[in-house]
Amino acid sequence: MTFSAFLFQALNGLSTASGLFFIAVGLSLIFGVTRIINIAHGSLYMLGTYIAYSFATKIGGVFGFWGGIVATALIVGVIGALIEILLLRRIYRAPELFQLLATFALVLVFNDMALWIWGPEDLLGPRAPGLRGSIEVLGRRLPEYDLFLALIGPAVLLILHFALAKTRFGRLIRAATQDREMVGALGVNQAILFTSVFALGAALAGLGGALQVAREPANLATDLVAIGDAFVVVVVGGMGSISGAYLAAVIIAEVKALCIGIGVVDFGFITVNFSKFTLVAEFLVMAAVLIARPYGLLGKPQGAVRSIAEPEEPIRPATPMLKMLAVIVLAGLMGLPLLAQTQPYLLILGIDVLIAVIFATSLHFIMGPGGMHSFGHAAYFGLGAYGAALLVKWLAVPMGIAIAAAPLVALAGALLFGWFAVRLSGVYLAMLTLAFAQIVWAAVFQWEGFTGGSNGVIGVWPPPPFDKAWVYFVLTLLLTVIAVLLLRRFLFAPFGYAMRAGRDSPLRAEAIGIDVKRVHWLAFAIAGGICGIGGGLFAFAKGSISPETISVGRSIDGLVMVLLGGIQTLTGPIVGGSLYAILQDTVMRQTEYWRALLGIIILVLVLAFPQGIVGAFAALWRKRGGGP
Amino acid sequence: MSTRHLYLALAVAVGLASQASAQDTIKIGELNSYKTQSAFLDPYKKGMELALDEINSKGGVLGKKLELVVRDDGTNPGEAVRVAEELVTREGVVMIAGTFLSHIGLAVTNFAAQKKVFFLAAEPLTDKITWQNGNRYTYRLRATTYMQTAMLMPAAIAAKKKRWALVYPNFEYGQSAAENFKTLLKKAQPDVEFVTEQAPPLGKIDAGAVAQAIDDAKPDAIFNVLFGGDLAKFVREGNTRGVFKDRPVVSLLSGEPEYLDPLKDETPVGWVVTGYPWDKIKTPAHTAFVDAYQKKFSDYPRLGSVVGYVTIKSIAAGIAKAKSTETEKLVEAFAGLQLDSPFGPFSYRASDHQATMGAYVGKLALEGGKGTMVDFKYVDGKDVLPSDADVKKLRPAEAN
Repeated sequence: MTFSAFLFQALNGLSTASGLFFIAVGLSLIFGVTRIINIAHGSLYMLGTYIAYSFATKIGGVFGFWGGIVATALIVGVIGALIEILLLRRIYRAPELFQLLATFALVLVFNDMALWIWGPEDLLGPRAPGLRGSIEVLGRRLPEYDLFLALIGPAVLLILHFALAKTRFGRLIRAATQDREMVGALGVNQAILFTSVFALGAALAGLGGALQVAREPANLATDLVAIGDAFVVVVVGGMGSISGAYLAAVIIAEVKALCIGIGVVDFGFITVNFSKFTLVAEFLVMAAVLIARPYGLLGKPQGAVRSIAEPEEPIRPATPMLKMLAVIVLAGLMGLPLLAQTQPYLLILGIDVLIAVIFATSLHFIMGPGGMHSFGHAAYFGLGAYGAALLVKWLAVPMGIAIAAAPLVALAGALLFGWFAVRLSGVYLAMLTLAFAQIVWAAVFQWEGFTGGSNGVIGVWPPPPFDKAWVYFVLTLLLTVIAVLLLRRFLFAPFGYAMRAGRDSPLRAEAIGIDVKRVHWLAFAIAGGICGIGGGLFAFAKGSISPETISVGRSIDGLVMVLLGGIQTLTGPIVGGSLYAILQDTVMRQTEYWRALLGIIILVLVLAFPQGIVGAFAALWRKRGGGP
Repeated sequence: MSTRHLYLALAVAVGLASQASAQDTIKIGELNSYKTQSAFLDPYKKGMELALDEINSKGGVLGKKLELVVRDDGTNPGEAVRVAEELVTREGVVMIAGTFLSHIGLAVTNFAAQKKVFFLAAEPLTDKITWQNGNRYTYRLRATTYMQTAMLMPAAIAAKKKRWALVYPNFEYGQSAAENFKTLLKKAQPDVEFVTEQAPPLGKIDAGAVAQAIDDAKPDAIFNVLFGGDLAKFVREGNTRGVFKDRPVVSLLSGEPEYLDPLKDETPVGWVVTGYPWDKIKTPAHTAFVDAYQKKFSDYPRLGSVVGYVTIKSIAAGIAKAKSTETEKLVEAFAGLQLDSPFGPFSYRASDHQATMGAYVGKLALEGGKGTMVDFKYVDGKDVLPSDADVKKLRPAEAN
């Protein structure tokens, strides 16, 4: 790669950076003020591309294209305002993170909505009128539109910067980012502030999406790609910092462009294709930044948020009634194998449900009582599954040993990553766990010789007698019960109390001699290890394991399960995990638009049970004067 | 568009509900990544419906109507195995068919061997399904990456270029196509040099940078394996940056309407591609297919339509030949099974369970502002497949 080639790639990177900046800056503003992690932000970006496409092709010409881009930004801004007014406003009082569940449901609904309106095919918009050609730079041709994009990013950055610094609205946003209760106490109408910030963020996402219409086709997969990128940019730049978002966007775009520019390099003993590293590059950057600067490049420590949700009840040992219920459910499950002949699928679904329960319960262990919101729990599931599968593939160990080794592999991974993660808190911790999960995913995906790359490991079937579904079901049930009881035991041990103390009041906990970081580190590792059991069971249940199991989507599934059940109760994740697994199975079978249906069901549950399903029942129970 | 979708959904729902009550049906399970690969799989589903109609209006197979149970596989191998299991155990299907992405196809292939279920892989292209990971219970319809690469080989060799650049999506299909291309071209032209390999992630190409990096490597010619949205982005950037100027490009699948039509007036003229020029194939078998398809759906067929159609036709022919729906008998019946398709007659090879249905190879051209193929010809799959003896060595011993 010559120097001029390098410079030129850097120039390319700047236009990509503008695109990243537009998605990220809106997400950052919304989070700063409302503390909502808006997963649907990528969907707004995607809608931007689709709507701009319709303007550019239906109206056409200069007006259709450029006017369409402006109109799109406005339309998406209105959609954002509607989301805030109709949905999010109703659940601000729910426990932390719960709003994430609602925005996740929106992702599903918007995706199917786009499929319904625009159809399945990729829609490539026209080139930008007036900027169709290219200009000569460094002996290469740079598309004029790329140059335009490279310039509009910084331009919008400047406008936003002055708007935030000089206008009253900007001051309110900055004030709310630092201390929104204080802003409320001073008489600012929070409802209007939240709505307008959400609309502004959405409009920026819509603008970003619309600007891409001349560069890439409108595509139904854009939403998740965009949200993944946006998270990384926001976190690297620092939550709430718009200059940080631009800086981060530039760094990430440049690192990627560099990887592509370098291409294949022969180091003599090994040939490395750097173009394959574009996926993991951004997450490596994110992990490095978070370890060195825990609040991102230009971010400041988050102001404390005095939660407006109802305070959490202390956890209590199971009541006799709950114990009875557990015994009845368990007895029912033990009876399932009797149906092996007539209802064979019930057992297979049962295995999946139980594995989901392990996944959700172990995640809840650190999310709920631990207060550490892991966005990368799938990593430990995957490490367990791959640990077991690779032992079978390379060393041909028997299943028993492989399944026993699964939690150990996951534990080792969780010990390593947890050590870094517990040093952070809040959303930064969440993002670092996400980065680690992506790094594990990329390692598994790229290391073809060892892990099988995109194909994963296939042919990991349980030996007889476990090849019969009912025998494997009993094994899974046994291990699930052990895993759940073990986690409960930890919670009611002094260790669990120390963990919760560290969550509720780190300073006081430190003061009475609890090493909070250490306790949380161990809790993180325990959760990872237990999750690994589920991974091991999964590999043998499916006979194969592939990188999808570690993907972001899988980690989000875990969050959905925990939040659905209710984060403040111990039975919540069991109910949430089971319900989500069963829902997915049923809904996927029922309809062509299963995603939208799943999204709507979740939305209904979100509005009906803002504390999660078990949380709502528990509250009802308390209100009726029942036992604690 | 939208209302038609609704009607379609309703029709399918009503159809499924009424069929479920019927007693004398043969149930076929089908699973695919409908949600994520809809550009190909939407027409594919229509193709299946057309074939199903034709078969059932003639009384079905073995005196029973065929019934299709269609599922989304969640674009995830683990999920796909669960769905396959559900189809077999809950729905009681006699066999399973489908899958699109190579790695998902492989997981289901392995499932088929383990559970002794007959599996007809419709679209996944990786060679491993019929070769390295082949098994007794799995057959595959679509021309593999090896076959399609081999079909393009004459053009690649005729270009007489020394410095080649490769660009492919970074997963099983792209990797295996690039590997095949390098091996085959090296064999024919030992002094060939591969100056760069760009392997962007599927669906996430940074097209400007990739196109530029290829240009900077100064290749004489380019081999492309990108498809879908990645291809559209790459073509637009490459055109604007002059990457394809004076460079022959050989490209897999780019002539398939699914991927060609979105390019519209930016179709890169002169690329040698495999594909499906649906409006120009005038054989009686194909014309009949296109007429029936357009009559039923008021839309033109894509390649997916042909694959879906022939998948169901193959299943019907296989069951008819086996005179049974037992797995072992189906496996026997598919070996050497002959049938007609819109592309002409083909067969399922007994040696490696691969169908010999070929593909069209031609040059991309622009006609009336739309992409199309010219100077094309049909390459029969059996002319590019290795001999029975050779593939025997590639397959695991117990698969034969």
